[in-house]
Amino acid sequence: MQTRRVAVTGIGAVTPIGNSVPEYFEGLRNGVCGVAPITRFDTADSKCKVAAEVKGFDPSRCFDKLTARKTDLYVQYAVTAADEAVSDSGIIGSVDPERLGVYVGSGVGGINTICEEEGKLQRGGEKLVSPHFVPKMIINIAAGQIAIRFGAHGPATCFATACATGTTAIGEAYRAIKDGYADAFICGGTEAAVNRLAISGFVNCMALSQAEDPMAASLPFDSRRGGFVLGEGAAMLVLEEYEHAKARGAKIYAEVCGYGATCDAHHVTAPDPEAKQTIRAIADAMAGVEYDPEHTYVNAHGTGTKMNDKVETLAFKSYFGEDAYKLHISSTKSMTGHMLGAAGAAEALACILALTEDTVPPTINLDSPDPELDLDYTPKTAKKTAIDTAVSTSLGFGGHNACIVMKKVKE
Amino acid sequence: MVLDRVKEMLAERLDLSADEITEDSVFTDLGLDSLDMAEMLMDADDEFGVTLETDAEMNTVGKLVAKIEALQNA
Repeated sequence: MQTRRVAVTGIGAVTPIGNSVPEYFEGLRNGVCGVAPITRFDTADSKCKVAAEVKGFDPSRCFDKLTARKTDLYVQYAVTAADEAVSDSGIIGSVDPERLGVYVGSGVGGINTICEEEGKLQRGGEKLVSPHFVPKMIINIAAGQIAIRFGAHGPATCFATACATGTTAIGEAYRAIKDGYADAFICGGTEAAVNRLAISGFVNCMALSQAEDPMAASLPFDSRRGGFVLGEGAAMLVLEEYEHAKARGAKIYAEVCGYGATCDAHHVTAPDPEAKQTIRAIADAMAGVEYDPEHTYVNAHGTGTKMNDKVETLAFKSYFGEDAYKLHISSTKSMTGHMLGAAGAAEALACILALTEDTVPPTINLDSPDPELDLDYTPKTAKKTAIDTAVSTSLGFGGHNACIVMKKVKE
Repeated sequence: MVLDRVKEMLAERLDLSADEITEDSVFTDLGLDSLDMAEMLMDADDEFGVTLETDAEMNTVGKLVAKIEALQNA
């Protein structure tokens, strides 16, 4: 059998810097900061004051009132982004529904619903807990709801690899198409965890920035960095077998051409300081990919924790050697905050922007570079330069490493 | 009185106004599935101080209202 290739034919996004792909891309080009004071709860007694919330989201774009009531925000983001991606791709009607899969993950799932229903349980016992509670909060329900919406009868699975979730979902969908298990996938990640319980947990595990200035909080690769800023939202891609896409004359944004997945097996939150398995994930994704470092964009995981940025820089230097200095690297988390389970998918879209527009999105607010981190992180403003290969790395709690590689499609 | 309040409770859940809902409205036609009905009955228990049990026969607004009124007067 000829090797099956995988194309990206649809994209959708709900992010802290824009609630659709055109708005998100506009934000990435212009270096818009999505971080602002938290509005979802009173932060008076929290050490954390800022987050990158989705702004002005309207669930009625996709849901009637009854359905909106029984869907958690994390599912609403997912379905809205999937709707945009699916409609952009034009795939419905041209793919066998049994060959259309859904791989959509989340880091946390329906935590707002869990908190709400726990409150009811404490107040009035079992009789107050909604019959919708379980199907509203379970972590696989975004995948389930998307499959229902589009009548997708192929494999539907939820990946949960914490902050690597989005990249895992895309990488696994890529492999499943390549290996012939389906012809197309709706894949990506979603998250809506800006709430008091989640923030308290992240604060106490020393992961979050405690900065109060929104413009000096999410600071990847900066010497002032002190943790990540929580973001939220969803990003979805339609991946499709290349010849299937060509045959129907679909618009092809890019080709996914590599995926690596490894685990540090080291510590629940801290990355392995030697980055051995991060390096291996990059190597697996890059295997057989021809690239020119000067035309390569690397969307780093770049959370802005002390350890992450150091370990990741070490991984880039180890894998790429001297070529690491020629790469165009950035962390779009400087703009979107850390969208957790949605991060990898939102960052895959940033790679698509780089490939389709020859524009490297910046690491904004990088005013005080860490002298130990000496690669080109595309500080402050986007850069116009020819990009032909894009690499996205994601590292999650649990030691998950995921890396995908995309290429510009040449006719 | 019970009817008006039930209509309001339904309107609150649906993209409908209370006067678009009648005694003859069938719950499934309004778009309510079994979980929505279970939740609606829980809210009605709370609202009217009764204990309703799920009952497939009770498929219209009118039948639900009659059941609530019967329980209240029992």
